[in-house]
Amino acid sequence: MSAVDDARGVLERVFAPDAVKVFAMFAGIWLLFYWFGNQLGYTDPFILALVRRVTFLSAVYALAVLALNIQWGYAGLFNIGVAGFMAVGAYGTAMLSGSPGGSPPGLGLPLPLGVLGGVLAATVIGLVAALPALRLKADYLAIVTVAISEIIRITFNSPAFANVTGGASGFDNLPTNPVRTLLLTEPGSIISDPTPLGQPIFSLATEYGIQRLTVVNTVYTVGTLVVLLGVYLLLERIGRSPFGRVLKAIREDEVATRSLGKDTQNFKVRAFGLGCGLMGLAGILWYAMGPRASIVPVNFRPELTFYIFIALIIGGSGSNTGSILGGALFASLLFEAPPRIAAIIGDRFDVAADPANLVEALAPVVEGDLMPLAGFLLNNIDTLRFIGMGVLLILLVQRRPEGLLGARKETASAVSLADDTRPGTAPERPTAAADGGGDGDE
Amino acid sequence: MSERSDGPADANLPDDVDAPDTEDLEPEADDSAVEEAAKRVPRGVPLKVEGLRKEFGGITAVDGATFSVEEASLTGLIGPNGAGKSTTFNCITGVHEPTAGTVQFRGEDITGERPHAIANRGLVRTFQIARELDEMTVLENLMLAPGHQRGESITRSVLPGLRGDVVRQESELREDAWETLEFFEIDHLAGEYAGNLSGGQRKLLELARALMTDPEMMLLDEAFAGVNPTLEEKLLDRIHDLREQEDLTFLLVEHDMDLIMENCEHVIVMHQGRVLDEGTPEEIKANEDVVEAYLGGEV
Amino acid sequence: MNRTNALDHGVRYVRTSPGATAVVAFSAILLLDLLAKLVGFSLGPLTVAGIDLGPFGGEMPFTRLVSYTWDGLVIGLVIGLASIGLSLTYSILNFANFAHGDYLTAGAFSGWAATYIIAGLGGLLPIVESAVHAVTGVGQRTIRNTDLVSLVLLETPPGTAGANVWLSPIAVVVGLAVAVVLTIAMALVIDRFVYKPIRGADGISLLIASIGVAFGIRYLVALVFGNSRRIVTSTDQLPEVTLIGTRIDAHEVTLVVVAILLMLGMHVLLQRTKLGKAMRAMADNRDLARVTGIPTERVIRTTWMLGAGLTGAAGFLLVLSQAGLGFTTGWRLLLLIFAAVIMGGIGSIYGAIAGGLVIGLASRVSLVWLQGDFSSFTSPAAFALMILILLFRPSGIFGGVSTA
Repeated sequence: MSAVDDARGVLERVFAPDAVKVFAMFAGIWLLFYWFGNQLGYTDPFILALVRRVTFLSAVYALAVLALNIQWGYAGLFNIGVAGFMAVGAYGTAMLSGSPGGSPPGLGLPLPLGVLGGVLAATVIGLVAALPALRLKADYLAIVTVAISEIIRITFNSPAFANVTGGASGFDNLPTNPVRTLLLTEPGSIISDPTPLGQPIFSLATEYGIQRLTVVNTVYTVGTLVVLLGVYLLLERIGRSPFGRVLKAIREDEVATRSLGKDTQNFKVRAFGLGCGLMGLAGILWYAMGPRASIVPVNFRPELTFYIFIALIIGGSGSNTGSILGGALFASLLFEAPPRIAAIIGDRFDVAADPANLVEALAPVVEGDLMPLAGFLLNNIDTLRFIGMGVLLILLVQRRPEGLLGARKETASAVSLADDTRPGTAPERPTAAADGGGDGDE
Repeated sequence: MSERSDGPADANLPDDVDAPDTEDLEPEADDSAVEEAAKRVPRGVPLKVEGLRKEFGGITAVDGATFSVEEASLTGLIGPNGAGKSTTFNCITGVHEPTAGTVQFRGEDITGERPHAIANRGLVRTFQIARELDEMTVLENLMLAPGHQRGESITRSVLPGLRGDVVRQESELREDAWETLEFFEIDHLAGEYAGNLSGGQRKLLELARALMTDPEMMLLDEAFAGVNPTLEEKLLDRIHDLREQEDLTFLLVEHDMDLIMENCEHVIVMHQGRVLDEGTPEEIKANEDVVEAYLGGEV
Repeated sequence: MNRTNALDHGVRYVRTSPGATAVVAFSAILLLDLLAKLVGFSLGPLTVAGIDLGPFGGEMPFTRLVSYTWDGLVIGLVIGLASIGLSLTYSILNFANFAHGDYLTAGAFSGWAATYIIAGLGGLLPIVESAVHAVTGVGQRTIRNTDLVSLVLLETPPGTAGANVWLSPIAVVVGLAVAVVLTIAMALVIDRFVYKPIRGADGISLLIASIGVAFGIRYLVALVFGNSRRIVTSTDQLPEVTLIGTRIDAHEVTLVVVAILLMLGMHVLLQRTKLGKAMRAMADNRDLARVTGIPTERVIRTTWMLGAGLTGAAGFLLVLSQAGLGFTTGWRLLLLIFAAVIMGGIGSIYGAIAGGLVIGLASRVSLVWLQGDFSSFTSPAAFALMILILLFRPSGIFGGVSTA
C-alpha cells in the first residue's frame, strides 16, 4: 500500500514540471504512432512521415487552443467563431503573399509581411466584428461569434468575390512554403538543387531513405513547434502579469473588478484581439503554407471551432500547459489514432466484410456472425469518431469540467506570492510585527 | 492596438503616472503621505448629491435625494427597507445612471460616469454581498486592486526590456499587500483562495482590497451584515484608524441603527426615496418622524 | 394609450441611438429600391470599391416578389415551429441548445422512414390486414413485396416509395406523428442521461454539453442513414395551383395547414391548461424562473416534450416542402432558428413564431436585392440581422410585448 503511495509520490514529483508533462506526452504520442506504423508494416521513412504528420497536427491544434484559452480560459469570453478568425488569417496571408501572376492573384509581398498582415487582419476583424458584442452575455456572445464565423466563411465561399478569394474552390495561389525557400534553390521544384543549408540536411535524409518532401515537412513541423513554444511563453508571461490578473478577475466577477477602477471592457477587448490574432496565426501556419496547406472555405466550418473547444476542455480551460496537452491529445488520440487503430484491427482479424448499411451489418449478429458488424464499424470509423467526440464532450462536462489541468490554480502575478515573500519573514526586517505593520501601513 | 489606452480616468490622476499611488503605503513615507494628502485635498465636502432621482420603469426608487458628505467623516446612511439607499449608492458609483439630479465628487460632476472611472477618482465601494474573486488568493485579490499598474499593458508585460519594470512594481505591490493584510490581521490567510474564506473574513478582505486602490472616500454597503461581533469590532477599529490617520472619508449604508448611532458623527436618514432628516446621532434620535418612518417601514 | 407610448419610445430611441437610425435608413433604401424595381425604374449600375452592386432599382416582375414571399412564408413557418422549442428550452432550462437543429434532423429522418415503410408496403390498410392475417389467420397477406431495408433507410427512390401526400396521405400523417413521437422520446432520453446529472449547472456548461449532443445525434444519423444528401419526396401526380404566377403544390399547402394547426394547438395548450400557464409565466419571465430556482422535473419534461415534438414536426414538414434531406439539414438551419428566437425575444412563444416568419421571409425576399452571385448571402443577411438585434435590442423586437 505504502509502496504504491511512494511510487505515486515519486511519479507526481517527476511529472510536476510542465515541461516534463509536455515532453512525456509527445514522447507517448510518438511511441504510439511508431507502434501503429510498425503494426501496419510501414517502412521507417513512412513511419517518420506518420509521426511527423501527427506532430504537426498536434502543434497547430495546440496553437489554436492556446489562442482560445486567452479568451475563454482567462477572460471568460465564449468565442465560438474560432474557425472564422483562422480563415481570415490564412486568407489574409495568402492574398498578401500569393504570387501576383497566380489565380486568384496575390499581392506578392514578402512572406513575413504577409504573415504579419494575416495576423493583423484576424485581430482587426475580430475587434470590429466582436467589439460591440463583448458587452453581451456569454451565450449571446457565443451565438454572435458563430454567426460571424459563418458570415466570414460564406463570404469567402461566394462566387461574388471569386476573383479575389477563389470562391468555393478556394484560394489556390498559396505563398511559397518558407522551408522550401530555405532549403531549395528553386522553391517551386522539390527536385531542384538544395541551398547550402539544405545540402547537408537532404544528404543525411537520403542516407536513411527519407524523401525530400518528408524532409521539408519535418523541418516545417519543427518550425511550428518553435512558434508554439514562443506563443506559449508569451501567454505564460501575460498570464503571470497584472494584465492576466485583471482578466482572471473579470472571469470571476466583472462587477467587482469594475468597482476597483478597472476598465473591464478595455481589458476584454485587448484579450479578444490578442486571441483572434493568435487564431489567425494558427490558421496561417496550418492552412496557408506547410504540409497541410489548402485554403478552401470548407476547412473553416464551425466544426473546426468545436474541435478546438473540445481540445481546450480536455486540457483544462485556464491553463496554458493544459491547452498544449489538450490540443495535442485531441489531434493525435481523437483525430489521427482511430483510423490507424481501425486499419490495424482490420488487418489483424482479417475483417473483409463490407456491408452497405447498419441493417445489413446487424442482421447477421443474430446468427452469431460479428464480422459484418465489425467491418461496418471499421469502415465508418470517421463517423464513429465524431460520435465518440460528442460523448466525450458530454462526459467531460458532467464528470470533469476542469479537464486535465484546469483545476490547477495558477498564480496571476509577475512575482512569487509564496508565504516567504512576506516582508516580515525577510531576515533584514525581523521585527515587523502585525500591529507595527498596521501603524506603518499608510 | 494592445497598448492600454489612456482613458479619461488617467487625466484625473496625472500625478499617479510618475509616482504610483502605492508608494504612499510604505511605512517610511508615513507622515509625509498624510501631510501630502492633507495638502492636496482641501478640507470640505468631497461628495455632494443633489436632487438625485432614479426611476425603474414606472417605479421611483430615489425621489430627489439631496445630501453631502464631509471630509474625513464617518457618515451613516440609514433608512427602512425600500427607502432607496442601495439605489442611491448605485447611482453614486455609476452602476445605475440617475434619471435626474447630479453627483459631485471633489467639485467635479461625475453623474453617469462609468463605475471604473468613478473608482479611479478615488471613490471606491464595497458590496453588500462580498464579491470576492473566488479562484484568486487573498494576496492576488489585493494585488489586483491598485490602479494604473504598469503590467496592465500587454506589451510591457511581455517585452524583455520592459518586463523588469513590471516585476519591480509587482514586488512593491506585494509588499504593500502584505502590510495591508497585516493591518487587517488577515495575513495568515494570504495564500488562501478567497472562495474558502468565512463571511466575516470576506468582508475584511473586501475592505482591504478596496483600500489597496488608495481611495479618498469609501462607500461601504452593509459592511457589517453577517459579521460576528469580534470581527465587527475589528472592522470598526480599522475604519476609525483609517479615518484618523489617512483622512479617509466613509459613507456607510447600514441596517443596524445602533451601530450607526454609536460610530457615525453624521447620519442621513432616507425614507421613500427622499432624505427625511440629517444631523448628529442625537438630533436624529430626537426626531419623531424618523422613529415613525422606521416603525412604519418595519411593519 | 399604449400605442402612443410606443411611438414616443420609438422616437426617443432613434434620437438616442444613431446605430438603430442607420439600420432604419438602410431598410428605407432597400424598400425604395424594391419599389423602383417593381415599377421598372433603374439608376446605375453602381460600383463600389470594384465590386459591381448592380443598378439601383431595375426590373422585377411583381409575380417574382409574390413567389419569394410565398417561399419565405413556407420556410418561415418551419423555422417558427422549430423556434418555439428552442425558445422554450432556452428560457426555462436557461441554456442555448446547440443540438436543436439535430433534433430537427432526427425528427425528419425518423418520420420519413415511417412514411416510406407505410407507403412502400402499400398503405396502412394492407399492413393491418397482413398483421391480422399473420396473428389470427383471418384474411390474407396483402402487403407489397419490397425491400424493407432500403425503405427504412430512405434508399428506395421516392417515386417507387410513393412518398407523396397525394398518393399516400395516411403514410405522411403517420410519418408526421412518428417524427413527433420519436423526437420527443429522443429528447427525454437525452435529458435523462445528459442534462439531468448536471441540472442547475451554468448556461455555458449546458451549452457545451449540447454541442456534444449535437455531434452524437448528427453522426449517429450519418451512421444509420449514410452521409449523402438525398431527395426524399416525390412530386408524382402532385396537385398544384398557380396563383399570381406562383406555383403552390399540395406539399406546401399541407405544410402551411399543419404548421398553423400545431401553432394554434400550442396556443390553446398555453392559454387553457394550468401547466401551460405556469410554463408561459416561466418562459416569459426569466427573472421569475431564476428566482423560483430550478424548475420542477414535470415542467422540464413538458418543456422538452413540447419543444422536441414541434421540432420533429418542423423537420418532417421541412422535407415535405423542400424534398432534400441530409444528416446536416437541421444543423444548417440552426443559426436561422437562433436568429428567429432572438428576434422574437427569448422565452416568447408568439415572438418565436413571428421571428421565424420574419427570418424565413428575409431569407427569401432578400433575393430581391441579392441577385446572381450574391444569392448566397441570404443566410449572412439573416445572421447580420440577428447580430444587430442582439446589439441594439437584446430583448428581441417583439420582446416587452406581453404574450399573455
